[in-house]
Amino acid sequence: MSESMAPPKRAFAPVQWMRDNLFNTWYNILLTVVVVYMIGTSIGPLLNWLFLDATFTGADPKDCVGDGACWLFINQRLNFFMYGFYPDAQQWRVDIMFFLLAVAFVPQFIERFPARRWLGIFGMTGLPIIGYILIPGGWFGLEEVQSNKWGGLMLTLILAYVGIIGSLPLGIILALGRRSEMPVIRGFCVIFIEVWRAVPLITVLFMASVMLPLFLPEGMNFEKLLRALIGITLWQSAYMAEVIRGGLQAIPRGQYEAGSALGLGYWRKMRLIILPQALTLVIPGIVNTFIGLFMDTTLVLIIGLFDILGTVQSTITDPAWQNVAIEGYVFVAFCFWVFCFGMSRYSQNLERKLDTGHKT
Amino acid sequence: MNDNNPPLQPSRSKPWNDPRVRAIFFQVVALAAIAWSGWTLIENTLANMESRGISTGFGFLDQSAGFGIIMSLIPYDATYSYGRTFFVGLLNTLLVSAMGIVAATILGFIIGVARLSSNWLIAKLSLAYIEIIRNIPILLQIFFWYFAVLRSLPTPRQSVDVGGVFFLNNRGLYLPDPIAQPGFGWVEAALVIAIVAVVIIKRWAKKRQLATGEIFPTVKVGISILIGLPLLAYLATGGPIEWDIPALKGFNFGGGITLIPELAALWVALTLFTAAFIAEIVRSGILSVSKGQTEAARALGLHNGLTLRLVVIPQAMRVIIPPLTSQYLNLFKNSSLATAIGYPDLVSVFMGTTLNQTGQAVEVVAMTMAVYLTVSLLISFFMNLYNRAAALKER
Repeated sequence: MSESMAPPKRAFAPVQWMRDNLFNTWYNILLTVVVVYMIGTSIGPLLNWLFLDATFTGADPKDCVGDGACWLFINQRLNFFMYGFYPDAQQWRVDIMFFLLAVAFVPQFIERFPARRWLGIFGMTGLPIIGYILIPGGWFGLEEVQSNKWGGLMLTLILAYVGIIGSLPLGIILALGRRSEMPVIRGFCVIFIEVWRAVPLITVLFMASVMLPLFLPEGMNFEKLLRALIGITLWQSAYMAEVIRGGLQAIPRGQYEAGSALGLGYWRKMRLIILPQALTLVIPGIVNTFIGLFMDTTLVLIIGLFDILGTVQSTITDPAWQNVAIEGYVFVAFCFWVFCFGMSRYSQNLERKLDTGHKT
Repeated sequence: MNDNNPPLQPSRSKPWNDPRVRAIFFQVVALAAIAWSGWTLIENTLANMESRGISTGFGFLDQSAGFGIIMSLIPYDATYSYGRTFFVGLLNTLLVSAMGIVAATILGFIIGVARLSSNWLIAKLSLAYIEIIRNIPILLQIFFWYFAVLRSLPTPRQSVDVGGVFFLNNRGLYLPDPIAQPGFGWVEAALVIAIVAVVIIKRWAKKRQLATGEIFPTVKVGISILIGLPLLAYLATGGPIEWDIPALKGFNFGGGITLIPELAALWVALTLFTAAFIAEIVRSGILSVSKGQTEAARALGLHNGLTLRLVVIPQAMRVIIPPLTSQYLNLFKNSSLATAIGYPDLVSVFMGTTLNQTGQAVEVVAMTMAVYLTVSLLISFFMNLYNRAAALKER
């Protein structure tokens, strides 16, 4: 009879982990050494530049003397990056909107937040109305602020927010139209969606700023911002339509037939049975589309609007500030990254939660 | 029996409750609405253009353009026509898109595989790359490479010099230009012969494998023929290539091939951005092949390389190709951001300068959009063909 063998010797846990995950084959040993060396040599200078040698406080550009980053630049121009040319005395109006936006949408990331759903509905319906009154002003004794004074992060958020609020209903209608049984309506929706999806956003923005004035009857004209918003919304609605169509196709035929069997007409069937299921299914897709839209709003600087990248870009080229390009881009990149990474994490979580495992 | 009752007729609904009648009615209304809005738009546009004194039609394409373009793949100077600017811009767009697609595919596959590496550090590094790059707007990345990195390169006089052959400065990257001398035709002929030979060998090897089961090392033999035959011809004819090496003349370099910084910044940014998305697609494609497939291949006695080549990759490609197509389309469309840094692509040259000079907004925008529409449809058409070839054949 053989003796029972002693359990295999295992090294101290972290050492064992490193052996398994970093040094398991000769090429992994080589890769690990190279990567550790590269990280080791670059992290010190990077930290020095970012924090240790950086200038955070001061009064004017001359205070940036160290070898590190000139964060003073961000500090000094933060107001411009946030509000653009919006007058200082009226900025409380924008602050209220920032606050309401956060109140409406931050709870969406927290499960079991009381009245989360109602806050979301407020964000989609009440918030645009308040914003429409508060930001341009001109009513209730509020001083009017022309849209060419808007800029910075505020403009970026307005573009993204109006784009999503406008494109959602349009996208639903287009998606329903594309699945319609009427050839004329289906054909029109297919052509509309495919054309918008095939052209880059820049050409759409150019078209909105150059051709829209030609299309309108004489004497009628929109501001540049409104033209850009129309272009972005139409362009975005085509993408939204494709996402929603995916949801509509995922609903089993039985649901449509059951709706008809209950005697519901087309619109009631869609509103009460199909759309609630389809939209829930595609929330992750909608969030991903929104992330794309949010990043693409930077393109408006090409037609001369000052979004957050536009304001930073105009300061970098300002002769008063020299060699602050990297600091400026790092700042904008960080702002976008926080928003987009947060949203993509949210949509991944949602996907995991909605995945009931029934999919084949 | 009392037969006074009228015979039962099929119940006739009111015509407005008949779905078919309704459908026709709605479609007629929709057609009328589309026609009416189209008509109004055209009428407005014509009236507006007349009041602004803009003539319609494509006659402007023959007029002389009168502006220079910093980079052109075909002969061009200010005396050429506006029609020529269209082709210059189109070729520049296609060039940067093609360069971006090739580089992003290679980089994306490498990062996607690295993401699944058994080395913890490599896997996390790829993850960090993907999560950082794809959450930052592409325009910002283009700006970063152009304004922050390439602008800070040294001036032509202090160029970075690699072996006296390659030069890098803030005006661009200068490479030696191969110029074919007489006798180079033999090398080209050898290349054609090599390609034909490889095709014939491949067919023969397949036939032999089907008949006898013996495997012929097609890949190794093919590559050595493809490289060896032209190399032999090149050496036999006495090396008929002369290199035009860039040299500093006055304030700038002359000769050689120039990679202008606008193109370089756009290329690098598009490649890095799209590669992050392609990496995620590749990763999900590889993960979608179930472990049982690999195990079955091993049970059949295939070694690691063959398992990958014959079992895993063909199945992963089915999942990878459709989203990869849309990434290619995105890259192609994003190449239009060239206009923000002044790379002379179609949008920048034609929709920018030409439109501003001629004022022919409708024609120019229509032509530009038609190009993007056509190329987008072509890319998806070819990728669909490839997809059909790679798709699951269910018999």
